[in-house]
Amino acid sequence: MIIPYFIIIPLLAAFLITLIAGEKDDWAIILSIIAVISLLILSLFSYITMHTETLSYYMSSWKIPVGIVLVQDALTSFMLVLVSIISLTSLIFSISYVRNLSGDWKYYSLFMLLVAGMNGVIITGDLFNLFVFVEISIFAAYALVAYGGKAEEFEASFKYAVMGSVSSTIVLLGIAVTYSAASTLTLAKIGEQLPSINSSIKLWIGGLFVAGFGLKAAAMPFHAWLPDAHSSAPAPISAMLSGILIKILGMYVLVRIFFNIFDAPQFFLNIFLIIGSISMIVGVFLAVGQWDFKRLLAYHSISQMGYIFLGFGLSTTLGILGGVFHLLNHALFKSLLFYNAGAVETVTGTRDLRKLGNLTRIIPTTSNTSMIASLAISGIPPFNGFFSKLIIIIAAIEANQPVYALIAVIGSILTLASFMKVQRYGFRSEKKADVNGKSIDWKMNFAMITLAVLCVATSLMIIPGIREIALDPVVDVLQNRTLYIQLVMGK
Amino acid sequence: MIVYLLCFILFLVGIYGILTKRDLIKIILSIGIMGYAANLMLILFAYRNNSIYPILSEGKAVSQMVDPLPQALVLTSIVIELGTTAMLVALALRLYEKYKTFDITKIRRLKG
Amino acid sequence: MNKEPGMTLIVKTVTRISVWLIILYGFYIIFHGHLTPGGGFGGGVIIALALLNVLLAYGKDFTRKWLNIKLLENFESSSITLFLIVGIIGMAVGGSFLFNFIDKGTLFNMLSSGTILPLNIIIGIKVAMSLFLVVLALAAYNFDKGDEQ
Repeated sequence: MIIPYFIIIPLLAAFLITLIAGEKDDWAIILSIIAVISLLILSLFSYITMHTETLSYYMSSWKIPVGIVLVQDALTSFMLVLVSIISLTSLIFSISYVRNLSGDWKYYSLFMLLVAGMNGVIITGDLFNLFVFVEISIFAAYALVAYGGKAEEFEASFKYAVMGSVSSTIVLLGIAVTYSAASTLTLAKIGEQLPSINSSIKLWIGGLFVAGFGLKAAAMPFHAWLPDAHSSAPAPISAMLSGILIKILGMYVLVRIFFNIFDAPQFFLNIFLIIGSISMIVGVFLAVGQWDFKRLLAYHSISQMGYIFLGFGLSTTLGILGGVFHLLNHALFKSLLFYNAGAVETVTGTRDLRKLGNLTRIIPTTSNTSMIASLAISGIPPFNGFFSKLIIIIAAIEANQPVYALIAVIGSILTLASFMKVQRYGFRSEKKADVNGKSIDWKMNFAMITLAVLCVATSLMIIPGIREIALDPVVDVLQNRTLYIQLVMGK
Repeated sequence: MIVYLLCFILFLVGIYGILTKRDLIKIILSIGIMGYAANLMLILFAYRNNSIYPILSEGKAVSQMVDPLPQALVLTSIVIELGTTAMLVALALRLYEKYKTFDITKIRRLKG
Repeated sequence: MNKEPGMTLIVKTVTRISVWLIILYGFYIIFHGHLTPGGGFGGGVIIALALLNVLLAYGKDFTRKWLNIKLLENFESSSITLFLIVGIIGMAVGGSFLFNFIDKGTLFNMLSSGTILPLNIIIGIKVAMSLFLVVLALAAYNFDKGDEQ
């Protein structure tokens, strides 16, 4: 059984790095690259071979409902592949980026803890185990945001830490109420006992979980920490945070709890729709006026998360397909955009768009990949962003909610406008930017080119032949909602 | 019923502290109070009437016990909040060194 | 006001005697973790408090000379790696991760209930070292130079 290896391998790498790393960080780099590459191989293997069945693994051989169970089905394999791809490119990018900062082994150890925490959130089937892994990954994120040592990073990390602990306490209250109502902590058994719970307690539990995990996903009323934290972090960490952390800690947990366990009551789906549409509009309006490159990208993260909330809130087959596909696409092109911002900052030393210009001649790889990513995020035809946004808009029209479709189209047009501003001022204007002599390493170029190729390649996933194998099992897990409960309890 | 209400009032006191206090250390202490309120609610849900503590020792008669599972959850939660407090205090020290003040209205270089 | 670092002579003398008693009490709580309340975490905090007592009473320079900080850091890293290795051995022997492969013994003995005793000791050492090193790093932080010891 390969399920527990997804947690064991990064944890072992993190602890061994603290044990054997000396003054330089060579052993740290080698260990972490071995760990992430083995995670990628394992997750691709599980995605390709086992993606239509649900497997469960009992920790310490205690049966449910006494023990902790780890569950793997199509949705978890999909998320695991996403995490390992983004973390591999982020690790390769950060080898040369972090050498400019301070080049320590502590960075790699924290990075491995972040990956281990996120893998744990994905594969667990027990409510309190979920909470513990959420805390592990978010602590590593607090420490990594403050890694560079500048004043703004500490302020951003403090704000993030305070808001994160408020949300963790709210989630703990939700777990307390859930335990008193259902007297078990295994997710599948809570779903089994759901009809016997009072419906006002169900509203309490749902409300507490939406507030707690929605804050970690940067939904609209709780988004205030995201622009500071994602713009002050070092560039590969911003890519990890904005690409996968807010999706896994916020979106995946909410979808798992509300679709598979609570059987998607209409009240909470309406809340998802409203949160999604507000995030879309307000995020992109605040993003258009920004002159700081990374802050603009951070506001766009809020806006694109609105699309994913909208897709899941519609809860038809096409809507869930759009939500899942947009989750994958946004991780790919947002990470690529953050790598571009990091490369620009390494070469010119600033993030202000008014001071950049004419970078196409100096760093051609960065400029071309940023053009690909900007076209993808705005939804221009051959790239993957077009297909996922189109599916969400068609799903909104099919479900008789034309208002949300109109909001999605407006958001997409404004996204195009702001990224044209980035391209014009940042990369292709006529001014000469002052360059400080550092050049982009081949490792950074490799990471950016890999993600750009994947951006184009995943648009092939929408062809009906490939979609049957790749995306439909994932949608089926969320569409047949209570099948998850029967499959886990029956084993 | 009264005890649950009082526990919730403790939680609200913690949130009031985070929202209105201006000193960094007072915000950290209010986060601690909020964490204690959540732990207390977990233990309150574990009480059964006319039961004793859930430990079996030699020569004791077996009788009805309170629920021991939330006590393990609270132990884990206390460890997690200890880690959070340690990290927040380290960040507060670094902030004092960079900004020379503990006042949160003056630590505002990130805007917009 | 005394000019040497740390507290007054009375505090130093009492600390010299009581530190060893506190460490012994901490070990008692760790070793009986499967029979009485406490266990790894509580006992680890008590041992860390004993070492912090020395830090408070004598000042940070003396504590850093008296204790070998490199050794404590190695203890911390190796104990948490040992926890994972116990789990992997459980996986190799049979069954799943953290499977109980030691004999369960008779009730109320010290050497009973499987892998709980070694895991308690590992967690106790790890928690004690972590807490003490974190507070030592916070206390030994030099302000204006901005470097951390």
